[in-house]
Amino acid sequence: MSADDTIDPSRRDFLYIATGMAGVVGAGALAWPFIDQMRPDASTLALSSVEVDVSSLTPGMSLTVKWRGKPVFIRNRTPEEIEVAQKVSLNELKDPLARNANLTSDAPANDLDRSAGEGKENWLVMIGVCTHLGCIPLGQQGEYGGWFCPCHGSSYDTAGRIRKGPAPENMAVPVFSFISDTKIRVG
Amino acid sequence: MSGGHSTYTPKTGIGRWIDARMPLPRLVYDSFIAYPVPRNLNYAYTFGGILAIMLVAQILTGVVLAMHYVADTRLAFDAVEKIMRDVNSGWLLRYLHSNGASMFFFAVYIHIFRGLYYGSYKAPRELLWILGCIIYLLMMATGFMGYVLPWGQMSFWGATVITGFFTAIPLVGTWIQELLLGGFAVDNPTLNRFFALHYLLPFMIAGVVVLHVWALHVVGQTNPTGIEVKSKTDTVAFTPYATIKDGFAMLLFFLLFAWFVFYIPNFLGHPDNYIPANPLKTPAHIVPEWYFLPFYAILRAITFNIGPIDSKLGGVLAMFGAIAVLFVVPWLDTSKVRSAVYRPWYKLFFWLFVIDAIFLGWLGSRPAEGSYVAMAQVATLYYFAFFIVVMPVLGLIETPKRMPNSITEAVLAKNKGGAGHPAGATASPETKG
Repeated sequence: MSADDTIDPSRRDFLYIATGMAGVVGAGALAWPFIDQMRPDASTLALSSVEVDVSSLTPGMSLTVKWRGKPVFIRNRTPEEIEVAQKVSLNELKDPLARNANLTSDAPANDLDRSAGEGKENWLVMIGVCTHLGCIPLGQQGEYGGWFCPCHGSSYDTAGRIRKGPAPENMAVPVFSFISDTKIRVG
Repeated sequence: MSGGHSTYTPKTGIGRWIDARMPLPRLVYDSFIAYPVPRNLNYAYTFGGILAIMLVAQILTGVVLAMHYVADTRLAFDAVEKIMRDVNSGWLLRYLHSNGASMFFFAVYIHIFRGLYYGSYKAPRELLWILGCIIYLLMMATGFMGYVLPWGQMSFWGATVITGFFTAIPLVGTWIQELLLGGFAVDNPTLNRFFALHYLLPFMIAGVVVLHVWALHVVGQTNPTGIEVKSKTDTVAFTPYATIKDGFAMLLFFLLFAWFVFYIPNFLGHPDNYIPANPLKTPAHIVPEWYFLPFYAILRAITFNIGPIDSKLGGVLAMFGAIAVLFVVPWLDTSKVRSAVYRPWYKLFFWLFVIDAIFLGWLGSRPAEGSYVAMAQVATLYYFAFFIVVMPVLGLIETPKRMPNSITEAVLAKNKGGAGHPAGATASPETKG
């Protein structure tokens, strides 16, 4: 078909580029659903909140609830634990941010901003997953009296802040609220 | 190496008919019968064949196990127990498969160390080496996902820790982790996709193995002297010489394999994996399969921040770096001499590296506390120094030993116990190497 080339070269060029473009865009558009299907599905996202009755927790007691497949620690802290945590100055901390989803992302990791807030300083609610590689730390262990991760030796203090070991961040505080004096909604 | 021309002559009418249409018998003949191999290959060179047969064995046992397995978090653990107790010969097939994975890795480590010792990665075999590294990576992914399927405590927490690596990546880390998990934690979607991928990846490995063997047959095998084949007397035919040697080595290897399967089938496993997965309770001491332990030790050795890189990302980078560095080995080694046989200093550092790798493996099985951390840091330092410092520097400053002129000369010198008589031209290929 060399005759066509000389008569109308732009027609072949146009088809060449248009086909190539359609191929690239089409392949990209088709690739997305293949990636997208791997993300958390609707049923997983639907399990986004749990309500917990905490009336039975006296100071020094904790309970663990499962939220989004992860454990959430709810602890009614003792006055001593709160006092120890309040005395820690921010520059002693490996991670100076509160990591509290209820506050702004630059909130400092003082004890108040880690806890349930003013008047409820005794309540500590956080995702019980070590920020290193996702193990579940053991409560009231380790040299800071808070949590200790048995996997790679991270130690957290009584406010769930990382103090020692390979974990980079304080344990995350999820979105939660007191829907009554004795009930917490997580999520 | 074969000179590129085929010596295959079909003897029957059907043979000629097929050869004219699709010369598969010719390919097999040229690749596995007439193919010339160096006459001095030792038993370290039999692990390629062993690995090929292990891949086939894993696929065979895996496919039949998949007929009895259920990839559902509520059923997976019981399905595996059902295979062990109820399915006819199920216990044997499962033990063959789980121990087979260990034997596969055992063989691949010898294969890799052999390559490092004899300089098998040097030009013109760089691509051959890189294809091998890709197979190794795919093997690791397959092994990891296979270990998740029984849905025991180690399955679950191993999967949690390893997918947790991805959260170390800045900005997109958590998104990637959720993409891998199909949720916010390891759960049913994770198990399901791991099963699908565990079934797929071995066939991808088989595909890369074909490329690996193809690349091997283009450049030819190396040999313990590291000297390229120069004349016909340097080689023997693949069949019967290499075939019988590979076959005999496979037999010995299977004896070891059988010893594990029939006498200590759980020796390389972890008792915690016979406890069903519990997302709310982490075992006191998470360890991966033994073949990942050196890398696990490297991961945990980085307990300090390096500039802007925090210790978590640093550990993950070091761990992946420990594998990635293998890919560039052909360009890190500056020596003109291929084989460690003629490199006294390299030989010393090589064996130190082997000890270091085994030591790292042992450290990986220990808890990450006290002096273990410091020891892991020293061992990690040597691991990287071997590749990044020793390999480039030694090639420039080391004085190699005098090398024979050819494979034949080396073989004859060894057999006569004397120093290199250049009698290669008269040697018969039947002389044992």
